[in-house]
Amino acid sequence: MFATLHDKLNAVFKKIKGQAKITEDNIKDAVKQVRLALLEADVNYKVVKKFISAVQEKALGEEVLKSLTPDQVFIKIVHDELVNVLGGDDQSTKIKLNPIPPTKIMLVGLQGSGKTTTAGKLAKYFQKNGKDVLLVADDIYRPAAIDQLEILGKQLKVDVFSKRDEQDAVKIAKEAVQHAKSAAKDVVIIDTAGRLHIDETLMEELKNIKEAINPDEILFVADAMTGQDAVNVAKTFNEMLDITGVILTKLDGDARGGAALSIREVTGKPLKFVGTGEKLDAFEPFYPDRMASRILGM
Amino acid sequence: LGKKEIDEELLEELEELFVTSDIGINTTLKIIDAVRDEVSRKVLKNPEDLKNSIKNKIFEILNIDNSLKQVDEKPYVILVVGVNGVGKTTTIAKIAKMFKDNGLKTMLAAGDTFRAAAIDQLQVWADRVDVPIVKQQEGSDPAAVIYDAVVSAKAKGYDVLIADTAGRLHTKYNLMNELKKIVRVVKKEMPNAPHEILLVLDATSGQNAINQAKIFNEAVGVTGIVLTKLDGTAKGGVIVGIVDELKIPVKFIGFGEGMDDLKPFDAKTFVDALFEKND
Ligand SMILES: Nc1nc2c(ncn2[C@@H]2O[C@H](COP(=O)(O)OP(=O)(O)OP(=O)(O)O)[C@@H](O)[C@H]2O)c(=O)[nH]1
Ligand SMILES: Nc1nc2c(ncn2[C@@H]2O[C@H](COP(=O)(O)OP(=O)(O)OP(=O)(O)O)[C@@H](O)[C@H]2O)c(=O)[nH]1
Ligand SMILES: [K+]
Ligand SMILES: [Mg+2]
Ligand SMILES: [Mg+2]
Repeated sequence: MFATLHDKLNAVFKKIKGQAKITEDNIKDAVKQVRLALLEADVNYKVVKKFISAVQEKALGEEVLKSLTPDQVFIKIVHDELVNVLGGDDQSTKIKLNPIPPTKIMLVGLQGSGKTTTAGKLAKYFQKNGKDVLLVADDIYRPAAIDQLEILGKQLKVDVFSKRDEQDAVKIAKEAVQHAKSAAKDVVIIDTAGRLHIDETLMEELKNIKEAINPDEILFVADAMTGQDAVNVAKTFNEMLDITGVILTKLDGDARGGAALSIREVTGKPLKFVGTGEKLDAFEPFYPDRMASRILGM
Repeated sequence: LGKKEIDEELLEELEELFVTSDIGINTTLKIIDAVRDEVSRKVLKNPEDLKNSIKNKIFEILNIDNSLKQVDEKPYVILVVGVNGVGKTTTIAKIAKMFKDNGLKTMLAAGDTFRAAAIDQLQVWADRVDVPIVKQQEGSDPAAVIYDAVVSAKAKGYDVLIADTAGRLHTKYNLMNELKKIVRVVKKEMPNAPHEILLVLDATSGQNAINQAKIFNEAVGVTGIVLTKLDGTAKGGVIVGIVDELKIPVKFIGFGEGMDDLKPFDAKTFVDALFEKND
């Protein structure tokens, strides 16, 4: 029941040992196993289809079957392609600092994905790099959202900008950026309220914040446990806001994280960081090869 | 699914529909294999038959008794558990509102003493619903907070006590032990409590929810599931496999951020929604 993809492919290749080259026919079962592994990992159905046909194309004609370990050769083809799609050695994964400070970063995403916690983590990350950070509590809806960010700010000794009586998130963002300028902050991190991609009013609010402050980065924060719907959500956030990158949270669990592939595929935007815990130092750069192994269950 | 004949293409369409609803490829293949047999035996003659047969199969899986347990002691203790950010605290506000609307004296316990401002968040909800809350400092022992709340609710004659807990990933051994301790400590005061242990699952989540359900259930014995965030485009299909395997009923669904956005789960409505194409 817990056979790994390796075991399954090994069994498949045993049956076709001795054949010289990969053909569409003799590779069918191996491809099927990869497909199942990706679907089990929550990679979107359509994204799997596309990925599988790319792999198949790469594998055709390869002489893997003569190898002593054809399953491993095949897995390597799959793994490499997955790394490639997840970003390969794309260098755009770092956060670009604006030569004219402050660098403005906006965090957006569905409810509960981890935006506020990630705002704290990013603040800590920049703080460690010697930057002076301003956190902005721009979630005016969720009960105690401002308190949550203020507590994180206090833990980090990072300033938090908030306006408890203001009912306009656009105004708060604008004033926060003004404040950051006059206080000579290096980085401004704006925490926004969680919202559904189909909530037109609230998506419009994000667009207005974007227009008002012209952020350097709009980071889409997504939960690694997200299922098939990741494509719909990421696609809409990207279409509405032209996001600049993705942060995948809650990777400290045992979710395979296929959403990473789905999101990358539909947005074309780089995954920049991952969250690996509730504490503010549980934050790492995104490594495509690690993610690929995880998705394949290796 | 507007086709005239049952063919491989139609079965593939169904596969896509189910997988994209997060039913999961394993459960999907199980369902499709079950009808494949009926198709070959000509029991199912056209796509309409096929659709109805599948709908029925899923309905039968989900349609298990999902009423709240009846007890004749007070307070009725509900413990709410789940992984991070799924909607536990908001669901507690909604359930409290429901009980309050039904004239029951309801109290909350701020058992998430870990996450920043978790206590403030529950306090805001307690104020909005207008029910009392038992709380201590951030960082205090959650078992102690919830124990105190049970004692207090009992002494003051409350009908219902709903306890919040911190979000925790099922893979974290220590945090799952902390949950077991909460249950143990509650039992010291009321041996039959918690009367309900509700596991909150996010409809947006994929196959990981299966592990969540299994491991939370093994740790503390889950009596019901609350499926939240159904107001989005995710269908929450992962519960089909979960209910099938663990026989834990879905008791409520959440469909918004407001305190009235909660309903008892209805298997028929849920199955109908599964068959609605999204785009
Ligand atoms: N285990 C784990 N938990 C995380 C991680 N990131 C965030 N969380 C937890 O996830 C829950 C939700 O995090 P928040 O930061 O409040 O999420 P949010 O997106 O701001 O939520 P809303 O503002 O309500 O939309 C909290 O319990 C966090 O502690 C992570 O990387 N790992
Ligand atoms: N759209 C929608 N949002 C919801 C629903 N239920 C909760 N939320 C939102 O999801 C986010 C997280 O909800 P919480 O109730 O704080 O979740 P939690 O499980 O208590 O989170 P932690 O305590 O951090 O683990 C908040 O922004 C809620 O408003 C729902 O049914 N639909
Ligand atoms: K939905
Ligand atoms: Mg937040
Ligand atoms: Mg909570």
